[in-house]
Amino acid sequence: MTLDSGQQEKMDTFIQQIINGLTIGSIYALIALGYTMVYGILRLINFAHGDIYMVGAYAGFMLATALGFAVNPSVFGFIVTLLGSMTIAAAIGMAIERFAYRPVRKYSKMTTLITAIGMSLLIEYLFVFIFSGTPRSFPQLLPNENYTLFGNATISTSQILIFVVSLLLMIFLQWIVYQTKIGKAMRAVSYNINSAKLMGINTDFVIAFTFALGSALAAAGGVLTAQYNPKIEPLMGIITGLKAFVAAVLGGIGNIPGAVLGGLLIGAAETLVVGYGSYIGVPSTYRDAVAFAILILVLLIRPAGLLGTNIQEKV
Amino acid sequence: MLTLENVSVNYGAIEALNGISLHIEQGEVVTLIGANGAGKTTTLRTITGLLEPKSGAVKFEGKLTNGIAAHKLVALGMAMSPEGRGVFANLSVRENLEMGAYLRNDKKGIADDMERGFAMFPRLKEREQQKAGTLSGGEQQMLAMVRALMSRPRLLLLDEPSLGLAPLVVHTIFEAIEEIRSNGTTILLVEQNANAALHHSDRAYVLETGRIVMEGNSKELAANPKVKEAYLGE
Repeated sequence: MTLDSGQQEKMDTFIQQIINGLTIGSIYALIALGYTMVYGILRLINFAHGDIYMVGAYAGFMLATALGFAVNPSVFGFIVTLLGSMTIAAAIGMAIERFAYRPVRKYSKMTTLITAIGMSLLIEYLFVFIFSGTPRSFPQLLPNENYTLFGNATISTSQILIFVVSLLLMIFLQWIVYQTKIGKAMRAVSYNINSAKLMGINTDFVIAFTFALGSALAAAGGVLTAQYNPKIEPLMGIITGLKAFVAAVLGGIGNIPGAVLGGLLIGAAETLVVGYGSYIGVPSTYRDAVAFAILILVLLIRPAGLLGTNIQEKV
Repeated sequence: MLTLENVSVNYGAIEALNGISLHIEQGEVVTLIGANGAGKTTTLRTITGLLEPKSGAVKFEGKLTNGIAAHKLVALGMAMSPEGRGVFANLSVRENLEMGAYLRNDKKGIADDMERGFAMFPRLKEREQQKAGTLSGGEQQMLAMVRALMSRPRLLLLDEPSLGLAPLVVHTIFEAIEEIRSNGTTILLVEQNANAALHHSDRAYVLETGRIVMEGNSKELAANPKVKEAYLGE
């Protein structure tokens, strides 16, 4: 089949939209994993999780600036910034669990949920207080180039970076959860916490570990996003966090592959609406509404999500 | 090996255990019988640290264990097959057993104990890679017992191991209890099936609404007219 130039252009645009969609979808997936793991283990929607993504971006910003990676882009600088930011976020995530959630865990789930909402606001405005609400420009840690794929569709270094790093992190997570002792303990705790205690599993440690893991992935999402779209500001985690949460629900909350699938689908749906929504009367300014329209549909049609098996309780 | 002195436990305002005292000696099989809601499971949950007593003392091998977290008690040498089996349905049979050995690092010993468990219940070996949630009730009970043994406990607590199982499976379970005991493990058995429990134990306690109302040699209790009428359906 040969395409005339008009068709070729449409095809290129479509491929470009899909690449862009999967780029942003990979970020949603990284954040959604944290929502879904914490939910799986505590039945808690950790509303502060989106803010950890922002904290990760700021931690990366501070590191890259302080260590001089901003002026000399290098692979080494990128890796140090990424791992440093993930470590800082993991520590903050564990601290939030230890000092905010654990003390109220013995009360109702609603108490923990409200604590999470409070924690989210606290982090957001603490960062506004420290860094002001003015957006900062995240330094480019690697030289960014555009590569032409099919026809006129292009992919940038930062997009490739997002795909490769997300994929590696997801493989790493899969390995932890399914092959390691702590991962098996995580799955045991998520199924039956009292039985897990009877095995000698320190469930508080497993819960803290889960927060650390989820927070590190969100921070990676923050640093990666900042390579793609360098504007960072203290409230950047709100809308992205909510969309990642929708991604987790779409995939089936508590389900790890579901979070990845949900993230990619939300990302793709969003860019497709930007690209083609106008044909069906949906202006591109509705891009942020897409995720929530999907959320409503999921809750109406398949509340357990695409890969979920049980109907989960409402929060 | 284990003593409870005047232990009381509350669920909120409701008193679940009202000053119970009992003791278990090394090598014994002791059973706790009683009706639904008498406090049998509460007693086991208190011993294993899932519940904290309001008053009284729980001592394991002379050490006061009140308020010690459940996961730390496993390291001291007790393990439980909980009520409703509590297997990890999302983990394979093998992974469940690995969780039972969570505190151990001796790969060889763990592998040997796993084989011993499979020898006790060959059906578990057949289902080694299957998710525990796909097992029948009897198989799940077998798994819960072997899983508890994986920590090499000196005291094994069994909560209603025969509940809801077919008579033939109940027989298999009690045979296994005899085998575990012959290996030198002390057992505290909680049962609604008083007949089987008295038959397979040395001593027994009868629990009624949070109090111990009778205790003694299992054979004698089985012959006691009150026990016969209330628990043995004769």
